[in-house]
Amino acid sequence: MPFIDAVRLALAQIRVQKLKSFFTLLGVTIGVMFLIAVVSIVEGMGNYMEHDFAAKLFGVNTFELRRRPDFESGNISDDTWREWQRRPRIRDTDIEPVVSALPPGTLWSAHGEDNVQMQSPYSKPRTLLAEAVEGDYFRIRSLEVATGRLISPQELALGTPVIVIGKEIAEKFFPNLDPLGRVLRLGGMPFTVIGVAVSQGSVFGISLDRFVIGPLHSPLRRLVNPAGVVDGIKIKTADPADLVDAQEAVRAVMRSRRGLRPSQPDNFALETSESALSFWAAIKSKLVIAGVVLPAIGLIVGAIVIMNIMLVAVAERTREIGIRKALGARRRDILAQFLVESATLSTVGAAFGIALGIAVSQLIAATSPLPASVAPWSIVAGVLVGAGVGIAAGIYPASRASRLDPILALRQE
Amino acid sequence: MTPATDEVPLSTTAERQAVTGTHGVIPGADWVIVTRGLKREYDMGGEVVRALRGIDIAIRRNEYVAIMGPSGSGKSTLMNLIGCLDTPDAGEYWLSGELVSAKADDELARVRNREIGFVFQTFNLLPRASALHNVELPLVYAGVPADERRRRATAALERVGLGDRIQHRPNELSGGQRQRVAIARALVNEPSILLADEPTGNLDSTTSEEIMKVFEELAAQGQTVIMVTHEAEIAAHARRVVVLRDGMIASDEKAADYAARIESGAVHTSH
Repeated sequence: MPFIDAVRLALAQIRVQKLKSFFTLLGVTIGVMFLIAVVSIVEGMGNYMEHDFAAKLFGVNTFELRRRPDFESGNISDDTWREWQRRPRIRDTDIEPVVSALPPGTLWSAHGEDNVQMQSPYSKPRTLLAEAVEGDYFRIRSLEVATGRLISPQELALGTPVIVIGKEIAEKFFPNLDPLGRVLRLGGMPFTVIGVAVSQGSVFGISLDRFVIGPLHSPLRRLVNPAGVVDGIKIKTADPADLVDAQEAVRAVMRSRRGLRPSQPDNFALETSESALSFWAAIKSKLVIAGVVLPAIGLIVGAIVIMNIMLVAVAERTREIGIRKALGARRRDILAQFLVESATLSTVGAAFGIALGIAVSQLIAATSPLPASVAPWSIVAGVLVGAGVGIAAGIYPASRASRLDPILALRQE
Repeated sequence: MTPATDEVPLSTTAERQAVTGTHGVIPGADWVIVTRGLKREYDMGGEVVRALRGIDIAIRRNEYVAIMGPSGSGKSTLMNLIGCLDTPDAGEYWLSGELVSAKADDELARVRNREIGFVFQTFNLLPRASALHNVELPLVYAGVPADERRRRATAALERVGLGDRIQHRPNELSGGQRQRVAIARALVNEPSILLADEPTGNLDSTTSEEIMKVFEELAAQGQTVIMVTHEAEIAAHARRVVVLRDGMIASDEKAADYAARIESGAVHTSH
């Protein structure tokens, strides 16, 4: 039985019984659809994390001196957590020695952040994140304003109560108004809006435009950090090659300031975008599990349905099998015929699944903040999985067909 | 069904061989079919049915033989054995000089494919396939390349007068035409024997005559034809008539002699 003939026979079968074929293929279609969609989300987010996130959220060539890591990867043991809590905080007095140890041209920014109650005359009060910054904060984040201006070095040094806000904050507190020059109260204290930042988009559905930035030396400081303490110091080297040197310089300064002996570990964290990405790796491994389990359920259901349909097909076509055997078909001819048929059925199901999966991932990309991009290998995998499921599901029915006694098969009505 | 005590007269091997003449026959050469002591039993729910109780038969190349007998006589069982669809419990079956009674499943499939052309009472065409595709089927299993398949199948259909119907499906053809397609399919592999099982059983008398004419022409062209039937008028078209009764050969004679006996009322054509 030539392969092409068997495939043609299977396709004819699908055409003749459209509704039945639809239900037959549903399981495989859904399974492959999930496969494509989940993989495309994982891939899309992976692309995002590895390209955009590092640059946009964290910044390239950037690391941050902190008490403890901000992005936690995997499970943190209680002991580790307690050790972090016991660590001394980064203090104002650390800033100057750290900055002076950096290579020339290096950007730095001390900052503190916390949720702060915000209020304007045009809106209900809300509690949202506010950041008090010093140094080259805007340059490190490549943050620019859409309207107004950034906080000047003089204002940073003097602690003038001015703020740059994100687009979403502007829309929330100053609906249909120009926020420039208007006052936003943070923890009851008035701050003048001098700039609205260019929209930063969103990550995983979380808007990146929901921020308020003011000078570290302004009264905002008291709302976000205890006196004399900062959350961290961001450092960006001019050249990626300097990153490790800068980290070592900062480590040396901090260890000597804290009087750590060589045997003692660091009691501070130097967090890079790399360490933030390991946090992503942990999420990804969970998503990959979902990407395996969800399609697997669909495919198992699909395989059972196909096996059933093939058993029915064998029963319905017993006479045909008898005829073929009488005319000289060997067991393996009959076996191959039904295997090709179930593999074709299943592959057609997989093809629909691939189309749907691509549609779903584009829908997700278009309507939700989740970045999704279809991975070419997942299409290949979809086809292979489809054919594989068909063959696996077809083995039992096909072997039953191949073992039919031609005399009994011919006698069947 | 039949107790051992109730045997028909020709009970000894010597007598059977005197009638059917397999004694001393060398399988192969002229003899396309030679069987020796073929036996076949079925277990029907605990009761053993002895469908064939020792069949010795020899058929020459180019013969046109009708195998007759009432239902239960074992003629279907014999046809299945001759057609290599079944294997005997005892005895030998030589087909074209090859001992096929001991062959395994897939070898029998090959023998069916090369040596035997089946024509069934119910035509047994694939309903969704065109006449051409139906006729091509044995060639598919013989591994013949596609264009040669098409050429040979078309030629076979032309031979049975259906050259203008090759793309029709069975349901677009009359009963007689369907049986012609089946005959074309049986001939396409140039088999040693054309094995027809009640080929006119589902046809009206006019169409039956047409089909019998096709068989006669084929026989005249040198094709070995074996036809299983329970109708004396159909059997009368053959040149030799073998009658089975209770799993044994009851008579084996020229068709003309058989017809004469029917005329005289010596044979009951009981169904």
